[in-house]
Parts: sequence; structure tokens; C-alpha cells
Amino acid sequence: MRQFLFTAVITACLGATSAQAEAVQGDAAAGEKVFAKCSGCHQVGSGAKHRVGPHLNGIFGMAAGSHEEFRYSKAFQRLGSTGLEWHADTLDAFLENPRAMSRGTRMSFPGVKDADDRANLIAYLRTFSDNPADIPEADPTAQVLDHNLDPAILALVGDREYGEYLSSECTTCHQASGGDSGIPSIVYWPEEDFVIAMHAYKEKVRPNPVMQLVAGRLGDEEIAALAAYFATIED
Amino acid sequence: MDMKRRAFLGAVAASATLAAPMVRAMGGKPRVVVVGGGSGGATAARYIAKDSKGEIDVTLIEPTRTYYTCYFSNLYLGGFKEMDDLGHTYGGLAANHGINVVHDWAVGVDRDAKTVALAGGGSVPYDKLILSPGIDFVDGAVAGWSTASQNKMPHAYKAGSQTELLKAQLEAMPQGGTYAMVAPPNPYRCPPGPYERVSMVAHYLKNNNPTAKIIVADPKPKFSKMALFQEGWNNHYAGMIDWIGDDFGGGNVEVNPDEMTLSIDGEVMNVDVCNVIPAMKAGRIAELAGVTDGNWAPVNAVDMSSKADPDIHVLGDASQQGDMPKSGFSANSQAKVCANAVRGALTGSRVFPAKFSNTCWSLISTNDGVKVGATYEATEEKIAKVDGFISQTGESADVREATYQESEGWYSGIVADMFA
Ligand SMILES: Cc1cc2nc3c(=O)[nH]c(=O)nc-3n(C[C@H](O)[C@H](O)[C@H](O)COP(=O)(O)OP(=O)(O)OC[C@H]3O[C@@H](n4cnc5c(N)ncnc54)[C@H](O)[C@@H]3O)c2cc1C
Ligand code: HEC
Ligand code: HEC
Repeated sequence: MRQFLFTAVITACLGATSAQAEAVQGDAAAGEKVFAKCSGCHQVGSGAKHRVGPHLNGIFGMAAGSHEEFRYSKAFQRLGSTGLEWHADTLDAFLENPRAMSRGTRMSFPGVKDADDRANLIAYLRTFSDNPADIPEADPTAQVLDHNLDPAILALVGDREYGEYLSSECTTCHQASGGDSGIPSIVYWPEEDFVIAMHAYKEKVRPNPVMQLVAGRLGDEEIAALAAYFATIED
Repeated sequence: MDMKRRAFLGAVAASATLAAPMVRAMGGKPRVVVVGGGSGGATAARYIAKDSKGEIDVTLIEPTRTYYTCYFSNLYLGGFKEMDDLGHTYGGLAANHGINVVHDWAVGVDRDAKTVALAGGGSVPYDKLILSPGIDFVDGAVAGWSTASQNKMPHAYKAGSQTELLKAQLEAMPQGGTYAMVAPPNPYRCPPGPYERVSMVAHYLKNNNPTAKIIVADPKPKFSKMALFQEGWNNHYAGMIDWIGDDFGGGNVEVNPDEMTLSIDGEVMNVDVCNVIPAMKAGRIAELAGVTDGNWAPVNAVDMSSKADPDIHVLGDASQQGDMPKSGFSANSQAKVCANAVRGALTGSRVFPAKFSNTCWSLISTNDGVKVGATYEATEEKIAKVDGFISQTGESADVREATYQESEGWYSGIVADMFA
């Protein structure tokens, strides 16, 4: 494993008030471990694709919310249109508390509270951003969602209208707007991820008893219908 | 009595048919009238209006302008929530879904003419009527208590001013005083509700009045999530709570609101707060509409239609449906099944099989949340339980905290599902 050190300039918070910047040495190898918190939703490295969250290659210098093929939340689109770009400081503030930066974000993730963890993580992400001086030929590091679902289940085409009806059971807890205040957002997921997650509850691979119960009585067609509906909820 | 076709509440009867109707249906659109803008009614109105995209004219009749949720009202007693956190208004239903919200009481239903009479005069015609009026109390259920004494001995089982009153009384208790609760017999709104309340009251007292005592007189031999609550009471509030079940005379009570005394199995005691939660029945309008049989309104499980009238649906606490507990979650779940069926009947939209579910969270102490949940299906005879789960005793603090966080998420979810 190549040790990759990168000096990230971390500002405590965004905005003009935080004049003092504190320089933290991020350790990319340590950051790779922290990235385990992200890899359920994000891929990074060669061949990385958009999953629940956008892939994170080339994130440095990129305008927030600017992958055209990825469906961001409205809140996030707004953030990008205000001119926010991803750099060490903005990433640090975002990763500390995503909802503090974008209240309506669909990134249902509480944040990385430890400043060193964040610095390491940012150093790690930095290795996948274009910069002739320090691009390592990164191996794919993203953890592909683990599953062994029958491809026929993944291939089912969901009945969206049925999905809309079934979704009404879900929206008692999961907000249709994608808001998250204790229960994660499930809107605009790639259908495949959605189907895998639901089957993981159904098979009791994922532990939450509420979701095991909900998924437990859904048939394959019904899960496909829900995936189709939630993937395109506002269309 | 039950089958009375025309029934109005006393004095307003005369004006009800005469005054110009305040609500008129638009051109030939089918008309749905929903009585009660709570967990069942607001959800049903919202789903019918939202999903029919203007094809159905929806009127919601609800007297209050702000709906205070009973859910989390115990957390308000415990100091975890403010009253404002519990209040929700109807602006979104009108603005986002074109629902005609009428702030008035429904005082009668004419099932032949298919109209609902309003206390303020006028009547509203319907093709389908949905009643979700919640609960009222059974007269004479607790000896010595009537709704006239609710300002001395509050029930706080409809949220709002009653909840604030109970909190004020709790705060005014003398050091070392006694908080008494008279718990209700089955079936009643929110099975774990009284015991979550005991927990939240204990939480408040532990921090503000640690020598105070809580006494619960209960007509039941056991109650919802009993092992979980008792474990929690031992862990957090040891020695503070005395629960007297039916075996020890907890069902044999009498209160005297003027003297502030409570008698349990013949033994009279002075109490500082007496929270009387009497036996319950369907909200009165269900009885006036002639759809009740005994205390509740029997319904068909597939679409929540009344067994007495196919054009009336009864949701939530007022309905007698089978295995689901009377909860906000259940009412919301039933409302969606009903909305799908009503839309199908009126516009020919697709009708899907009925599915119901419920989860009830309770908070025992800071970050100590527990839950119980189940799924249900419609059978010929009733809503029948399919499968369920309950939190375990001895769970780790992390699990309990995550459970509490879920309940916060659920609260935001359900109120958006009702009012957004
Ligand atoms: C302390 C407490 C805690 C609770 N905690 C939970 C919980 O954690 N989770 C949960 O799921 N449930 C909980 N519940 C239960 C939940 O509040 C009820 O089960 C739920 O609100 C029932 O919905 P509903 O539509 O039947 O009645 P409600 O929500 O009570 O709505 C009835 C509405 O009808 C209106 N109304 C009545 N009569 C008329 C009339 N004649 N004309 C017009 N309008 C009328 C009323 O003003 C009211 O707004 C709790 C209840 C209590 C008391
Ligand atoms: C539960 C899924 C989830 C987790 C876990 C998660 N994210 Fe995200 N992330 C998302 C989603 C969804 C978005 C898009 C946000 C939106 O549209 O509001 C996003 C957006 C982002 C963005 C902005 C990308 C852009 O295109 O502008 C970055 C950077 C990011 N996440 C980094 C991380 C990192 C680093 C972690 C781990 C510490 C992480 N995320 C954890 C789901 C997740
Ligand atoms: C009673 C509340 C409740 C209901 C109803 C509910 N969910 Fe969930 N859901 C949760 C909770 C809580 C979690 C988080 C569980 C965990 O941590 O694994 C969750 C997680 C999920 C996830 C995984 C989210 C992630 O970020 O990994 C998916 C997908 C999901 N639910 C889909 C659904 C669908 C589809 C329905 C309706 C058929 C539904 N849920 C109904 C409470 C609920």
C-alpha cells in the first residue's frame, strides 16, 4: 500500500468569519478506512459509477451537484447554483455535518465528527482528483454492494403505479420529499440498489426489525414496483 | 338508536337545513367529504385529492385550526418537546391539493340525502363520506368523574389545552406529592400511551421533584410493552412508580375532583394530580351517523367501509376493524387503503389489495426508546395480524437510542404524510 500524504487546508467552518485556517496533514491510507462509512453509497476510483450518491472521482474543484447524469435533491441543485465548489475546506464543512450545509440534502449521513478522520478522508478523496502532480494510478477501492441476488429478480420491470400505491406504506416513515430526520431518504435511488437493499431486509441480512417486517411481506414484483416508483418519484 | 337516519345535535338542528350551504360541489365531479382532520382524516383527504389530481372534489370538516398530535404529547410532559412542535395547520392541504377545508363541527349525517350538517349552518353533500372523528369518553366510566371535571382531573387524551393543563399541574405539584393516573380499560387509543406517560412524568419528577410518587390504578391485569416499561421503570425510576393492576383492585376506583381524592379498592388517598383516562368510544358523530354498534363503528377490512352503509367509511380510533391497535400510525395506514378504494369507486382508478401496518414507539427515558410493530391484511371477517416484532428487554443503549431516533424520523414522516 502506497502511503500518500497530502496537506489539506481545513477551515473550521465556511464563510468569512473563519479567518483562521488550521493546516492538517491528512493521511490518505487512513482515509481509505474512513471511506468505509461512505462506500455504501459512493464509489470512487477507476470504473466508479453513480450509486445512491454520485461517484467521487474528480471531486476537487468541481461545482457541487454538477454531474448531469445524477439526480440530485433540489436542495443540492440549489447549493451548486450558488457557486459552491468542492475544495478541502468546503468538503470538510460538508462532511462534518451534511445537513448543516444543505438542509434538504438526500445524503442521509450524520457526518464525520472527528476532524482527523475528515482530514484523512479528504486526503484519500484527493487521490482520485485530477492533478498531474499527484495522481496515483488508483486501483478501484470502492466496495461494490455485496449481494447474490438472482439476476432475474434484478431484471424485473416494476409496475410504477402499483409502486405508487405501495409507497404509501413507506411514506409514513420515509418522507416523500427525501427529507431525513431520523429515518433515511429512499427517493431517487438507482433501482438496483433499492432492490438489493429491500431484499437484504427481507432475507434479514440487514438487521432493522421494522424494515425486516416491511420487506418481509413484499414479493419480488412488489419490490420492483417500489424501486421503479421511488427512483422517479416526482416524474 | 343505531340506525337513526337523521340525527342532529340539539339546538343547531333547525338552522342546519335552512342556512345557505357554505360548501357547494363543483360541476359534476364526485364529492368526498371527510369529517375529522386528524391522523385518519387528514391522510385520507390528502391522498384522495393528491392522487385523483383534481378529479374528485374533497371537503375536510375539522373544527380546530391547529391539530395538536397526541403522539409526542407525552414527550412534551417529559420536557422533550414544546407544545409548538406538536401543532400542525391545514394550509398545505388547501394550497397544495385543493382540499376545501371547512373549520366547523359536523353535527349530523343524513344518509338518505347524503349530506353532512354543520354546526355553523348549512350542509355538505357527499358521494362518499369518510368519518375519522377519533374518540370520546364513555359516560360514567370512572365513578365520580365526568367531562365536567376534566379541568380538575384532566384526561389529556386529546392533545391541546388538556395536555398543557396536565403539564401545569405536574409542575405545580408540591415536593414529595402524588401524581395519580387512572388507566383505561381495553380497547382504547394508543395502548402504550398511558405507560409512556408514566415514564415521561417520572422523568420530569426525577429531575424536579425526586421524592414525588406516581400511582397508577389500572383495570387491566397487564398492558402493552409491559416487560419493557417495567424494566425501564426499574432502571430509571426505581421506587417511584406504584402500578396497581386489576388483581389488586386497580379497576375498582372512584374519584372526587373537588376533594382531589382517589379511592382504589376502597382505600381513599389525597392526590396532587389525578390524570383520569376513562373508557373510550368512537367520536360522537359516528354514533349520530348511525354507524356504531356498541361503542365503536364496525367496518369491512378491505376498504374500511362501514358495515351499516357502503358509502360511509370509518377510519382510525372510531372504527372496529379487528387486530390493529388504535394508533395514529394505524389510522394513517387505514386511510391510504380507504383512499385507494374510494378513488377506485368514484373514478375507476386501479384498486390494489389492502395492506396495513403499524409501529408504535415509546420513550422511557432520555434516548431510551422502544417499539412494537406489526403487519396486517384484510380478511372477510376483520383486519388480521400477519407478523410482528417488539423491542427486547436488555437491549444496548445504542439500540435504544437508534430506536428513539427512528421515532423522531417517523414523526416528521407522518405529519408530512398528513399535512404537506
Ligand atoms: C398520549 C397519547 C400518545 C399517543 N402516542 C401515539 C404514538 O406514539 N403513535 C401513534 O401512532 N399513535 C399515538 N397515539 C394515538 C393517536 O393519537 C390516535 O390513535 C390517532 O390520532 C387516531 O386518529 P383518528 O383520525 O382516529 O383521530 P384523531 O387524530 O383524534 O382526529 C380526530 C379529529 O376529528 C375531529 N372531530 C371530532 N369530531 C368531529 C366532528 N363532529 N366534526 C368535525 N371534526 C370532528 C377532531 O377535532 C380531531 O381533529 C397517542 C395518543 C395519545 C392520547
Ligand atoms: C446514505 C448514503 C450516503 C452516504 C453514507 C454518504 N453519502 Fe455522500 N452523498 C449521498 C447522496 C445521495 C448525495 C447527493 C446529495 C443530494 O443530492 O442532495 C451525496 C453527495 C455527496 C457529495 C457531493 C457530490 C457532488 O456531486 O456534488 C460528496 C462530496 C459526498 N457525498 C461525500 C461523501 C463522503 C465522503 C461520505 C462518507 C463520509 C459520504 N458522502 C457518505 C449519499 C451518501
Ligand atoms: C415504520 C417506519 C418505516 C416504514 C413504514 C418503512 N421504513 Fe424503510 N426504513 C425505516 C428505518 C428506521 C430504516 C433504517 C434502517 C436501518 O438502519 O437499517 C429504513 C431503511 C430503509 C431502506 C434503506 C435505507 C438506507 O439508507 O440504506 C430502504 C431502501 C427502505 N427503508 C425502504 C422502505 C420501503 C420501500 C418501505 C415501504 C414499503 C419502507 N421502507 C417502510 C423505517 C421504515
